[in-house]
Amino acid sequence: MSRHESRLLVESGPFLRRELTTPGLMNEVTLALAPVILAAVWFFGIGALLIVIASVAGAVGTEWLFAPSRPRGASLRDGSAVLTGILLALTLPPAVPLWMAFVGGAVGVGLGKTVFGGLGQNLFNPALVGRAFLQAAFPTAMTTWSEPTGAGGLLSIRASNLALPLMSGTVDAVSTATPLGAMKFEHAETPISLLLRGDTAGSLGETSAIIIIVCGLVLALRGTFDWRIPLAMLLSVAVLAAVPWWIKPEAFPSPWFMLTSGGLLFGAVYMATDPVTSPTAPLGAWVFGLGIGLIVVLIRLWGGLAEGVMYAILLMNSAAPLIEQATQPRGFGRGRWAG
Amino acid sequence: MADSKSSQQIYDEFVKGVWKENPVFVQVLGMCPMLAVTNTAINALAMGGATLFVLLGSSVLVSLLRRFIPKQVRISTYILIIATFVTIVDFSLNAMAPVIHKELGAFIALIVVNCLILGRQEAFASRQPVHLAAADALGMGGGFTIALFCLGATREVLGFGELFGVPLFGEHFEPWVIMIMPPGGFIMLGLILLLLNWAQQRRGSRAATQAAGEQVSAHDALPIAPAHDSGHIEEVV
Repeated sequence: MSRHESRLLVESGPFLRRELTTPGLMNEVTLALAPVILAAVWFFGIGALLIVIASVAGAVGTEWLFAPSRPRGASLRDGSAVLTGILLALTLPPAVPLWMAFVGGAVGVGLGKTVFGGLGQNLFNPALVGRAFLQAAFPTAMTTWSEPTGAGGLLSIRASNLALPLMSGTVDAVSTATPLGAMKFEHAETPISLLLRGDTAGSLGETSAIIIIVCGLVLALRGTFDWRIPLAMLLSVAVLAAVPWWIKPEAFPSPWFMLTSGGLLFGAVYMATDPVTSPTAPLGAWVFGLGIGLIVVLIRLWGGLAEGVMYAILLMNSAAPLIEQATQPRGFGRGRWAG
Repeated sequence: MADSKSSQQIYDEFVKGVWKENPVFVQVLGMCPMLAVTNTAINALAMGGATLFVLLGSSVLVSLLRRFIPKQVRISTYILIIATFVTIVDFSLNAMAPVIHKELGAFIALIVVNCLILGRQEAFASRQPVHLAAADALGMGGGFTIALFCLGATREVLGFGELFGVPLFGEHFEPWVIMIMPPGGFIMLGLILLLLNWAQQRRGSRAATQAAGEQVSAHDALPIAPAHDSGHIEEVV
């Protein structure tokens, strides 16, 4: 029993390492959002960029002011506040006043994250908390959708964007229906080519399906997020939407319309995959994604709202700890029911 | 000498309710009217005033009768006394300010079961002389009214863009609809508590911070739970 048995090298785990840090992860997602931001600017004009900046300013400012890190602002380095700001901005309608985007960013980080104790402690996706607050506080501004300006209006800024703080946007902002709204209230299905390209009314970042799919594939292949969650979400929406459509195609939207319209893809790729607010176990990820898909279909087909991705993700966020607990993988050598 | 000592005591009991043991901000009592009727400043003031009156009346009466109330039926006796004053407030408000009475609705009648009032009877008025009971009631009622007003005023400013019905921001104001709904009450109360706790921490008094923490964390205890009196209560209950 020599203590110097040098042939046997004893090392402690982990033996497989991945050069992945929190800032690295956040920056990767932020980078993957760049094409989406560019698409938003392309379709809705430079005003989209201003909304992103306002929302990021609100999020970063709140993080700097309220996060209990020492020295002040140290927690900004993980990049999550910037990401929250961008994510929130991309879920806002193009005509939203800039000050509302700022308030949304501040509320998202303040009430969605720092009150719980900072990144990793929050129960709900901070960007969606900000959006849910805005939706409840300013229902009119948050449901005033405008047509894409197209290439000619690249430099255009909507007048209502520039409303003074606490004031409402100009009333003459022309409102139009999103593809989901048109489906729900006028029963008009937008052609799939438009939905894929993104030349439709909607939130800034959600319109162009093809860009989100490409970015999502890249992120999934790089292992930035758990691919099971978006896959489960999209699969469950496709299957659950296919059944009523197959039975009564004239009354229900087609599954591919359900998949490519609204915020489903954006939510699946960027929101539901938030590592803090989703289950980590593989089985849990499947359950989580299926649950979101189920709620989305229920709200869209039978609910009062045209779109339900935000509430679906927030609801499943609240169930995530429970799912996590119930789906912990069995430790090696443990009995099936022993826990 | 004795006189100045007793007036100091009265002052202490008063300040205790307004600030140090503020029923809303420190003890977190009376949440039902706090969240339900504070969507405008005037409603908040009316509710605070009504509660103050009921609290003062019943505290004085309970203190006067404290030697005659049998221990076994004291809670029901307190409720009867409180209900008497609530009925007075209910009818007088209905006669004098029917608009406000309509706005407050059932919440006037619900003052009967406001845990703040019953808590003060049980914890203070039933074991203290009249003048201290009155000071305590004025302090607690005043503190409650101040808290209600803070919440009501901020919610009215954000939710309607008005204060006491006077528009503040002109016609283009975008109301924060959430602020006049119940969630807005929760959010605003949470923010105010956050601000006060932060201010208290800033003052650096370690003992004060600790006490506030204990009292705040005791908020979901039953009606009768003002922290510094809880020792007596446990003996009795």
